[in-house]
Amino acid sequence: MEHHIVPVKNYVLVWLALMIGTVSTYLIAEYVDIGVGNIIVALLIAATKMSLVIYFFMHVKFDDPLTKLFVAGGFIWLVILISITMVDYVTRNWLPITNLFKI
Amino acid sequence: MADVAIEHVTNVAHQFDDMEQQVKSSTLGMWVFLLTEIMFFGGMFCAYTVYRTMYPEAFASTSHHMDPLAGGLNTAVLICSSLTMALAVRSAQIGSKKALIWFLIFTMIFGAAFLGVKAYEYHAHWVDAKVPGFNFTYEQPEFFHQAQILFCFYFFMTGFHALHMVIGLGLMTYLLVASVKGRFGPGYYTPVEIGGLYWHFVDIVWIFLFPLLYLIGHTKVH
Repeated sequence: MEHHIVPVKNYVLVWLALMIGTVSTYLIAEYVDIGVGNIIVALLIAATKMSLVIYFFMHVKFDDPLTKLFVAGGFIWLVILISITMVDYVTRNWLPITNLFKI
Repeated sequence: MADVAIEHVTNVAHQFDDMEQQVKSSTLGMWVFLLTEIMFFGGMFCAYTVYRTMYPEAFASTSHHMDPLAGGLNTAVLICSSLTMALAVRSAQIGSKKALIWFLIFTMIFGAAFLGVKAYEYHAHWVDAKVPGFNFTYEQPEFFHQAQILFCFYFFMTGFHALHMVIGLGLMTYLLVASVKGRFGPGYYTPVEIGGLYWHFVDIVWIFLFPLLYLIGHTKVH
């Protein structure tokens, strides 16, 4: 059986990156006001942290291509779920027909 | 037939040719389960996004009632627990039983600490009268109804997350008992790996819950 024994140092480095991400999310949200940019920065940091956990802690780095495809597929479905729903809600009031689709 | 019976290793189930095939199947199966979990939490994240787009001011106004330090502390606690979990898997890989047991215990301590901070926050919300349906008042009357929607999301999302943490602690207890019995080693550590996948997934959910629920519109307050 294949073994992929990762050095402790690598795990600690990932942990350090995750901690830096957490502290910076908190500080940016608390002390930097860039309007709508705040949520974008927060979600970008969260997505980066998620990728680090999946790739290194969950060993997807060493998984075979089928597992990688499944992982990617799950997130593609999540993107479809949220984006297509929002395409509906965000554009409802763009139509000139008032009150018909009012939310 | 006799040869097959002799070659049947205890840790490899009948349907698999060898350990490698079993490990790959277990990993893939666990990921399929985690994908259903992504969809489960994804539904709530999606509904949250819809309502937040509808009522941005009301949702932002709730940030007065959240404790970002407690939420940030819990994020750090969970990240530490993920590190100890990853190191527990590594200990099983290199066959260090003692390290495996200790890293599992540390993971459980961090998990319990997370739930403790969460209980403290829930108590604070109850005292603050921010529990929709049971005990709710809101300082800005124009946001009375909309703020309740946010707090419903807050309690359902963090509540389901906390439930997953409790289940995770149950899995860790099982792994701990099995480790003490010496069930795991370099030749067989799949349950540790699979339990670790679950634990890291729960961590990932919190990584998104923290900025979305605790840090919304926080700078506007200052």
